[in-house]
Amino acid sequence: MHDDFHAQTDAIKNDAVDLIYANSFDAAMLIRDKGFLPLVKAKGKSDEAIIAVNAENLVEDVAHLEAGTKIAYTDDPDVKMMGMIMLEPADLDASNIESIVTSTNILVAKKLLQGDADVGIFLAEAFDDLSKMIKMQLRVLVKSEITDIHHSFMIGPKLLDKREEIQKVLLEMNSCEKGKGVLSSLGFDGWETVEVDEMEFMIDLVDALST
Amino acid sequence: MINDMNPEDIVGEFKEVSLDLYDSISRKILYTDIETPYPDGKLIVSTTTLKGIITHVNPSFIRMSGFTEEELIGAPHSILRHADMPPAAFKDLWDTVLKGDKWQGFVKNLRKYGGFYWVKATVIPNVRQGEVVGFTSVRRKPSRTKVNECVALYPTMF
Repeated sequence: MHDDFHAQTDAIKNDAVDLIYANSFDAAMLIRDKGFLPLVKAKGKSDEAIIAVNAENLVEDVAHLEAGTKIAYTDDPDVKMMGMIMLEPADLDASNIESIVTSTNILVAKKLLQGDADVGIFLAEAFDDLSKMIKMQLRVLVKSEITDIHHSFMIGPKLLDKREEIQKVLLEMNSCEKGKGVLSSLGFDGWETVEVDEMEFMIDLVDALST
Repeated sequence: MINDMNPEDIVGEFKEVSLDLYDSISRKILYTDIETPYPDGKLIVSTTTLKGIITHVNPSFIRMSGFTEEELIGAPHSILRHADMPPAAFKDLWDTVLKGDKWQGFVKNLRKYGGFYWVKATVIPNVRQGEVVGFTSVRRKPSRTKVNECVALYPTMF
């Protein structure tokens, strides 16, 4: 386990990882430079982002945001990328916003509630998990519907001879009570296979969106 | 496979023009002034062969273009080509991606019903084992400022 996304990326670069639940940004390096292969992804889940404001903010449409807007987000590169794409209709980009980087989505919400940030970019799943009281004080301007970007469980070159075996164990996790409990605590019902072609497609997609 | 547009599909008053498309294709298109706004938060995604033949479309592509998946798969991507788009933009696109580079621009796309929608498009080569095997095109919502700049600029490029 790593404390933040930078630490995890450094560990990948230093070949210190053999099994990883990777975001789409790291997946590109893992597949193309490090010889990893995909195993599974969470069934029916994709990574989506939400743009939210304080409920008292008068802005109704992302397109009405202006240069100089203070935007809070975590250091999760996928979520930041998806969020920044949704801010493009307002002509906002890294050059004309004030960035407030936090370590968690809860802190993003806190920045909005305290008035330190005008806009927050959230991982949609994390936003949904905020308490009802916090969500009542926030308002969603837009939620992404990309569907093709997801985390993937991946296996490194040192363990490739065990790929099928590990894949099978993961796919069968939802057939026993203990496995179901673990999956439930992770927030989904089971794993589904990810093929290399699907990963390549996602990596191209992220590459296109990163511009 | 790409056919001339059918007047029965068109919604509203339309103009008619014949366009010369990529790969020596000629097509009669019918177009109106009806704009469909790009939906917030969505991406339009497609993949093509090296010759621009569509091999994959996502649901947003189907909804915005007005075509069915069956009509899109196997058709040239230029099925979306609008008469107001300068040929130089697409020449630049092809020159760029065939070199293996990424292309980005603002595009006015034609709908099956003759209307249009603006996108910010990015096209990237799909490199597999060191070879370009096709292209992925990703479209997202453009800013109105950029669209207005293109509305002013593109007519000067013919």
